Amino acid sequence: MTDELTPVLTANWADERAWKLTNYERRGGYQALRKALSTTPADVMELVKDSGLRGRGGAGFPTGMKWSFVPKDNPNPKYLVVNADESEPGTCKDMPLMMASPHTLVEGVIIASYAIGCRYAFIYCRGEVLHIIRRLQQAVREAYSAGYAGKNILGSGYDVEVVVHAGAGAYICGEETALLDSLEGRRGQPRLRPPFPAVAGLYASPTVVNNVETIASVPSIIDRGAAWFASMGTEKSKGMTIYSLSGHVKRPGQFEAPLGVTLRQLLELSGGMREGHELKFWTPGGSSTPILTAEHLDLPLDYEGMAAAGTMLGTKALQCFDETTSVVRTTLRWIEFYKHESCGKCTPCREGNWWLVQLLKKFEAGQAQQGDVEKLLDIADDIGGRSFCALADGAVACLTSAIKHFRDEFEQGMHIPAWELFPYERSALFAVREGAHA
Amino acid sequence: MTVTAKPGEVVASDLITVFIDGTEVQVPKGTLAIRAAEMIGVAIPRFCDHPLLDPVGACRQCLVEVPDMGNGRGMPKPQASCTLECAPGMKILTQETSAVAAKAQKGMIEFLLLNHPLDCPICDKGGECPLQNQAMANGAGESRYEGVKRTFPKPVSISALVLLDRERCILCARCTRFSEQISGDPFITLVERGALQQVGFYEDHPYDSYFSGNVIQICPVGALTSVSYRFQSRPFDLVSTPVTCEHCAGGCQLRSDHRHFQVKRRLAGDAPLVNEEWNCDKGRFAFKSGRGPDRLTRPLVRDNGVLRVASWPEAIDAAVAGLRRAGSRVGVLTGGRLTVEDAYGYSKFARAVLGTNNIDFRSRPASAEEAVFLANRVAGTELDEDRLSYTALQQAKQVVLVAFEPEEEAAMVFLRLRKAVRKNGLKVVTVAPFASNGSVKLNAELVATVPGAEAEALNGITADADTIVLIGDRAAVVPGLLNAAADFADRTGARLGWVPRRAGDRGAVETGCLPNLLPGGRPTGDVLARVDVQAAWGVDSLPGTPGLDADEQLAAAREGGFALLVGGLEPSDFTQANEVREGLENASFVVSLEQRLSEVTERADVVFPIALIEERPGHFLNWESRRGRVNTVIKQANQPMTDLRVLAALADALGRPLGVRTARQALAEFDELGAWDGARAPLSRGRGVAADHADGEVALATWRELLDGSRALDYEPALLETAKPVVARVAPETAEQFGLTAAVTVSGNGGWLTLPLDIVPGMAPDTVWVPTHAPDTPLSELGLVHGDPVTIGSPAAALERGEGFDQGEGGVA
Repeated sequence: MTDELTPVLTANWADERAWKLTNYERRGGYQALRKALSTTPADVMELVKDSGLRGRGGAGFPTGMKWSFVPKDNPNPKYLVVNADESEPGTCKDMPLMMASPHTLVEGVIIASYAIGCRYAFIYCRGEVLHIIRRLQQAVREAYSAGYAGKNILGSGYDVEVVVHAGAGAYICGEETALLDSLEGRRGQPRLRPPFPAVAGLYASPTVVNNVETIASVPSIIDRGAAWFASMGTEKSKGMTIYSLSGHVKRPGQFEAPLGVTLRQLLELSGGMREGHELKFWTPGGSSTPILTAEHLDLPLDYEGMAAAGTMLGTKALQCFDETTSVVRTTLRWIEFYKHESCGKCTPCREGNWWLVQLLKKFEAGQAQQGDVEKLLDIADDIGGRSFCALADGAVACLTSAIKHFRDEFEQGMHIPAWELFPYERSALFAVREGAHA
Repeated sequence: MTVTAKPGEVVASDLITVFIDGTEVQVPKGTLAIRAAEMIGVAIPRFCDHPLLDPVGACRQCLVEVPDMGNGRGMPKPQASCTLECAPGMKILTQETSAVAAKAQKGMIEFLLLNHPLDCPICDKGGECPLQNQAMANGAGESRYEGVKRTFPKPVSISALVLLDRERCILCARCTRFSEQISGDPFITLVERGALQQVGFYEDHPYDSYFSGNVIQICPVGALTSVSYRFQSRPFDLVSTPVTCEHCAGGCQLRSDHRHFQVKRRLAGDAPLVNEEWNCDKGRFAFKSGRGPDRLTRPLVRDNGVLRVASWPEAIDAAVAGLRRAGSRVGVLTGGRLTVEDAYGYSKFARAVLGTNNIDFRSRPASAEEAVFLANRVAGTELDEDRLSYTALQQAKQVVLVAFEPEEEAAMVFLRLRKAVRKNGLKVVTVAPFASNGSVKLNAELVATVPGAEAEALNGITADADTIVLIGDRAAVVPGLLNAAADFADRTGARLGWVPRRAGDRGAVETGCLPNLLPGGRPTGDVLARVDVQAAWGVDSLPGTPGLDADEQLAAAREGGFALLVGGLEPSDFTQANEVREGLENASFVVSLEQRLSEVTERADVVFPIALIEERPGHFLNWESRRGRVNTVIKQANQPMTDLRVLAALADALGRPLGVRTARQALAEFDELGAWDGARAPLSRGRGVAADHADGEVALATWRELLDGSRALDYEPALLETAKPVVARVAPETAEQFGLTAAVTVSGNGGWLTLPLDIVPGMAPDTVWVPTHAPDTPLSELGLVHGDPVTIGSPAAALERGEGFDQGEGGVA
């Protein structure tokens, strides 16, 4: 059973004070950096291309290709920005990584910066996770004093400044252009594209924006080679990745496995659903990816497998819900999140989610009316694909997929409150009675 | 093959072909889909889109379907046509042919109306509201929303002029983009998130911009409303008339809306070559000055020392008698408010009726050098779009500003320069004592110049034919500056533009309201020029000797035995207000043609009431020499008399008919006369030297601000609230040298003025700047002009000398 796990990024998480430089180095930390600096940036970029590493933030764009989009002839400085604004509901992979082993990220940042020729790298971390920000700052400080960052790194003549920037906790700042606006000190709202960040990103200069896990994967690729990395995973989705299981599972947590593993395998690793309960529905990559059901347990959890099932791999946040859970209630909570996190820039997201929340509340209370399911779908149709950025697409994804798989429950929302169909205390992991709907 | 095109002109090779709803259309590269659709008459509904603002794609109203990007592949999602650049071969389907686009647009209207209060019946915008109109044209008609609308307390005042109703706001960001991109006053911005997003402003800094009114006009809903117009009228009850603004020489095309014989509001017109779609707040809001109890409606004659109401025949008789008595000892002061036609009337009246060249429009500090400069360089030059115009400014590589602050003195020149700086990388150089707010927003290079040393500073600037030098009319007070600017232009090939401050000034130059010029730029001293005019006017002779300019006329009047015919002017506009008052008092006879009671009418022997700007036809010539129509907005059975009509009546009574009595006749005669094609008078010799200031003295720098003590702002108090605070400015070194901290007392010419102090790093040394015409403290009361030596000191030190006992007060010791 354990042979499905391929701990690379998570390998040192259980080490004593894994976040300290000395402990990281003891496991061979920063050897990859030495190796990278002994070759040319082009070689590093080529190696990452060959490895087949794809973005771990959700969209799965080939990392090496993204790096190669940075124009060589642009006179402006080049920037690397690490998106550490992990906020997708259910997603919990970057935070534990930065908490347990911040040096994995820092080493990756320096190697990636070297590859794309940047002198300033930023780690944009969401502001609420103060403890992690401190760990990151401490790690960067340690890296500077050890000569891994700053001027003339390890005598190579290469300089890079690494800056840890605390965001203010807005979900939209996980969207790369909103993140750049926020990093520049503006209000985080997505920018018009083109120009794309690779051409005019941070301070209107060429910028690579990568997810934490993507960058953290780079040292291992340098260290062990592209072939090693590509030996894991499936044909088009190479390498290992962190799956975060949450919800009604026995042992929730992070599971690092090759891409293409199935939820059935992961559930086995986590001891299955909680005792006496069955899987009802689940998200492959956070609430922004259309939900799946028990019939999809054996689909490969990779970019292609999920796309084929009409959903997305996303952040690999596997939220598992058992049969006690009301889909209507879950969807409402998610849409409430999107309504709250809508930046307000564009009409469909701002107004549409506002409307959906009010309508879904009627479903939850059993007071929806004939035609309201169609209305939900129609509103979702007017939001999805019409908004400025992908936030609203994610918002309606959970709604439309929920209606697709569980239309009955929405129909019941015209007569019976969700809390009567699915008493809420039954779906709580810890049986605490909710008084809100008494 | 090389294709040469004038800048801004589209050549065929720049055109690409796209298909809108199946119709082939050729558009210039970079054209947005929404504009391409307009070209074939397809109006895609939109809110955030504005052709003069950068695209934002926020409202999502203009979604279209793109089945082919030109490469055979389609866009998976509907695209916002306001941000979509056309690509060769692109196929675009609008709501006319695509069910997807039509549904997306309908959905967007429904979303926008969710939280929009349906208070159209009491909303100022109702009837001219893009949301209302497009909801009717592209919306579903009925909302399916049964929820609760978001509410906010309302309205919120974002400045003294503009109110914000956040409930109505659809967050299109037009206002915030305008304030940031166009005027450069980003004092409003979007704040908060999601459905609570709203337009916000700094609590300690209201939206005090000279251009704030534009945001009311471009707001696609009734979220931003005008304090002065709010609840005054319904758009469909208003009658709109295109007019030209009377407040400066910019020549803005405006739309004047009236109802019940009263102008209710003024809006920026659509004039791509002039003000584009913008105007300044003075032009928009300052139109009520003629509404007060001081409005003149009937002639007045002085009877036993007291002015009393008289009939028109009596007043004309009285005026004629006075002018007859004066004989040739008479002068004409026209002021700067006149239309071309009225100015022509004064010019002809002076020459053909009074037989004198004693005429001058310059009711401000002026010089003989300037009159000659105007004859040599300005008069008789016609509008040339490529050489000297708003468009030329936009296409120039460098613009040098001399004695000219565009934001204060010609606001549309400022906006056009700012556009050129933002879009074309125009370099602006300003020869000024400090970098004003406007200069900062133009990213201008400051040549910090002590007043008087402008000519020298100008000569240090590198320029070529791609440079335009804009020189303000206040250059007249710096000896030699106008001549130096002309020399500079000749030497470098740079183009030289003279930008007067008042709307009537250029027309006055062209029609010959100067002692040395006849209409059309004809020198009075040139016999051929005079023959031209004599023939046109059918008179036997015209005076050949140059006349007295304004200052000389007033000096003559002070000595007595000299009569004055005065148009619209204020003593405080001159160098020495008291000298003007004295001149008017000592004049043997004063005829005043005025709209309102004034310091001139108080001292006049006969006063004729004159039509307001909205009550008369005519034209203004702006700084480019472009003609702008001044239409009669308010039409009444008994239309008030224009200057021209009164002059014609006086001429008739004097037995020497003017020959023209309507604006149409005057313009026809002026046009018939045409411009002078003979030799121009040479520039005067003087090249001037900056006056040396005695030890302990500094040079006074000054200019008029857009919103100041002008009487044109009367009865619109909110406008003055948005004026800049009245302060004096010095460099830090100067402040230290004179021990100045919070305030300064400026003394000169026997008077003093105490103002709060603004210490400006980078300002020219030994210089103090004060506004020329702050409310209550016009510098003319002290008789000080730009360049004059003054002493400065702390108010405490001044107090010991018995001066400056209170901040902001001035007086004559």
